[in-house]
Amino acid sequence: MPQYTFRLNGRPVSVESWDPAQPLLYALRGPLALHGPKFGCGLGQCGACTVLVDKTATRSCTLRVSAAAGREITTLEGLGTPEKPDRVQAAFIAEQAAQCGYCTNGMIMAAKALLERTPKPTLEQIKQGLAGNLCRCGTHTRILSAVMRASQQV
Amino acid sequence: MLTHAPASISRRDLLKAGGALVVSFAFAVGPRRSEGRGAAQTPASSGNAARPLDPGEVDGLLAIHADGSVTLYTSKVDVGTGLRIALAQMAAEELGVAPTRVSVVEGDTSLCPDQGGTGGSTGLTRGGTEIRAAAATARRALLELGAAQLNRPAAGLTITDGEVRPLTGGAGVGIGTLIGDRRFALKVDAKAPLTPAARHTSIGKPLLRPDVPDKCTGRHVYVQDFTLPGMLHGRIIRPPAIGATLVSVDESSLRGIPDTRVVRIESFLAVVAKDEWAAVRAAAALKATWTNWEGLPGHQGLDRYSRAAALERDQSIVNRGDAPAAMRGAAKTLSATYFWPFQSHASLGPSCAVADVRADGNTTVWCASQGIHGLRTNLAKVFGLPPEKMRVIFLDGSGSYGTNGGDHVAADALLLSKTVGQPVRVQWMRHDEHGWDPKGPQQLLDVRAGLDAAGRIVAWETEMWVPNAAPGARALVAADAARISQEHGTGSGAITQNGDPPYDTDHVRVVAHMIKETPLQLSNLRAPGKIANVFAVEAFTDELAAAAGVDPVEFRMKRLTDPRALEAIGRTASAFRWEPRTSPNPRARQGNLLVGRGIAYMRYKQAENYVAMAMEVAVDPASGIIQVRRVTCAHDCGLIVNPDGLRNQVEGCIAQTLSRTLHEEVTFDRSHVTSIDWASYPILKFPEVPAIDVILINRPDQPLLGAGEAATAPVAAAVANAVFDATGVRLRTAPFTPERVKATLARG
Repeated sequence: MPQYTFRLNGRPVSVESWDPAQPLLYALRGPLALHGPKFGCGLGQCGACTVLVDKTATRSCTLRVSAAAGREITTLEGLGTPEKPDRVQAAFIAEQAAQCGYCTNGMIMAAKALLERTPKPTLEQIKQGLAGNLCRCGTHTRILSAVMRASQQV
Repeated sequence: MLTHAPASISRRDLLKAGGALVVSFAFAVGPRRSEGRGAAQTPASSGNAARPLDPGEVDGLLAIHADGSVTLYTSKVDVGTGLRIALAQMAAEELGVAPTRVSVVEGDTSLCPDQGGTGGSTGLTRGGTEIRAAAATARRALLELGAAQLNRPAAGLTITDGEVRPLTGGAGVGIGTLIGDRRFALKVDAKAPLTPAARHTSIGKPLLRPDVPDKCTGRHVYVQDFTLPGMLHGRIIRPPAIGATLVSVDESSLRGIPDTRVVRIESFLAVVAKDEWAAVRAAAALKATWTNWEGLPGHQGLDRYSRAAALERDQSIVNRGDAPAAMRGAAKTLSATYFWPFQSHASLGPSCAVADVRADGNTTVWCASQGIHGLRTNLAKVFGLPPEKMRVIFLDGSGSYGTNGGDHVAADALLLSKTVGQPVRVQWMRHDEHGWDPKGPQQLLDVRAGLDAAGRIVAWETEMWVPNAAPGARALVAADAARISQEHGTGSGAITQNGDPPYDTDHVRVVAHMIKETPLQLSNLRAPGKIANVFAVEAFTDELAAAAGVDPVEFRMKRLTDPRALEAIGRTASAFRWEPRTSPNPRARQGNLLVGRGIAYMRYKQAENYVAMAMEVAVDPASGIIQVRRVTCAHDCGLIVNPDGLRNQVEGCIAQTLSRTLHEEVTFDRSHVTSIDWASYPILKFPEVPAIDVILINRPDQPLLGAGEAATAPVAAAVANAVFDATGVRLRTAPFTPERVKATLARG
């Protein structure tokens, strides 16, 4: 089977796939045993599967594993841990910005990329920056507060 | 195999073996490790380890371990609502321990007594209250045990920091020493004295939810993350028309997709594969021929369909005084018709389950069902498996807000595992969840009221057309497809509540016309029925206020006497900076926009929470887009257990129901649901999110009430009333899409 090599959370990894069109998400959740990126729609509509590809927030449900080859992939697990969370994760925890938490991965990864581009976003810029990420529980106001909190710690 | 871990409510992946993740709860001390969720191969019969599965027994609901830590056992599950921490706080309060010393085992049929499913905002009202009573019963027993140990009268003792101690100070003895992992063997005494509110140290604190750090770092294990050794991935191929039957399958269409097998049982069609992506590809590629079927009425004109539909029966919901006679004597009568469409739970993650059916009949199902005991009973019955050998274990899923596809996917996984003889994980695809989750029903309401010359409401009548709740378990899609006989219940929750006004009036009649058939399968969707009913009642109340020429806040407050109702409305109006005047707004225009404000109030189920909500909206008449700018909500649910968790729920109720009000409608043609993704079933997006100000009214002297639903109910009416204030037109059909707003404005 063809192998695809990329960097994942700072470490080089290789995965085999019988299908070069297999979305990266299935490699991450399957052989690479990560749980941060979630399957939400498989259509690039909801953002639950978001990862960073070379610091750009990317939908891993529609990115071919073959297109990930040679790139730097960062997932939610690559940011921090409960014991040592990244500042965006810490802000989400402090604001309790999750209910079911299924969208949380995408929210944090999208916020991470947004703050990389715009370290001090306005509320409106955060809303626009997260416009492609869906939350069903209605945790929006907490998520907005969390991104605000994260940006003020820069 | 499980490692020692500090007591905490969160679950951790403790073991990775053979590429498969085995999941367990973390427990502080020995005896409970065998009960962990990683006990994948533990048959149902051995899971209980002799604890009683009786919610009437203290030992059924809690255990105190030798190290003084506490485990609670409950069938109520935390679906993102903060139940875990709230239950821990309630038990900790009575047991005199820190909430961090309390773990919760939730939703395991072999470990947790049946306290009912998670629904109707009963997680704390029933689950929490029973656990608190068990903890209070245990407290009394611990004080007696301590009295014997310390040789002092129990009346002179208290429990603090997990120790029974003299009130006057001095040496104490740990509760773990007194009872550690032994039985209380006591019935729960519902009258056991509770710690008075003035002495609360855990209840009322905004403690952080223990699952949030794991959810923010990818550690939290959802059912979607759960795997077993040797597990196959399944995907289901549903028919293109709901009632179609399978004619033929061309397996050659799967050529090139590795290690894949087709499973066909009558019209139940599925693929299983070692590789998840192979299963996905195979399900999409498999060529199958189905019969034609066109048995649906289509979503267009569903209000007319509902009015004309054959009825099972009429049900009198409220009949106070003589409403028809009083109506005839009224100085002025008004009437209006409201309609609410089918809506989907639309869970962000498609439903998922893992089933392991063994040759000896031992069966374990991991799923995100909100009703594990009921699901076990039904799965066992439908699939002919012995219930005593079946264990259903809850793992968090994507938020479900009622019965989403979770019970169906459990049946899919079970049927596949039973058929192929291996553990099978099934995750629905997006089109499965939107297309096949059971829906919240359509509701049509005619409302009439009579006013006297002074503007008093002298008569009120509500007629509602709603699907009949046929008794029995809801039919599992997999079983119907496989032609396995089963019950076909159509219950969708208590959908006829709150159809009457909460206001002073002597003559009220509410009748439900129960429609015989439902086009789409139904289930309970958050605040079942109440959102549409309160929409009708509260939007119509606004119509009455406008007709009487009275400010909408004043109109409501003049017709209420309950001080809690008055406080909820008064504090909402005050925080909102409500300016008393009649609607519509004489100064609505702001540039190209029309701006207005509206209020709605209700008491949930006419017996529970008091919620008032005011909103400011800006309507763009050119595009028809409603922007909700700000929301103020006062919420009284009696005693508050965790104010931050509560606030999160109220905020979520508001944002989610704004989504349902502005955007959501399940569409379908004659054959199938056509709103099958986020483009065809849009939900609220960040740029639309208003500022939300929640005022929590705490009443420590009052019983607690659930809070997962109530604040949803006034949302649609508050929006509609604000739109009327802004534009002078009434929106009486949800959702308030731009097209509908423009069409309503054009009609004037």
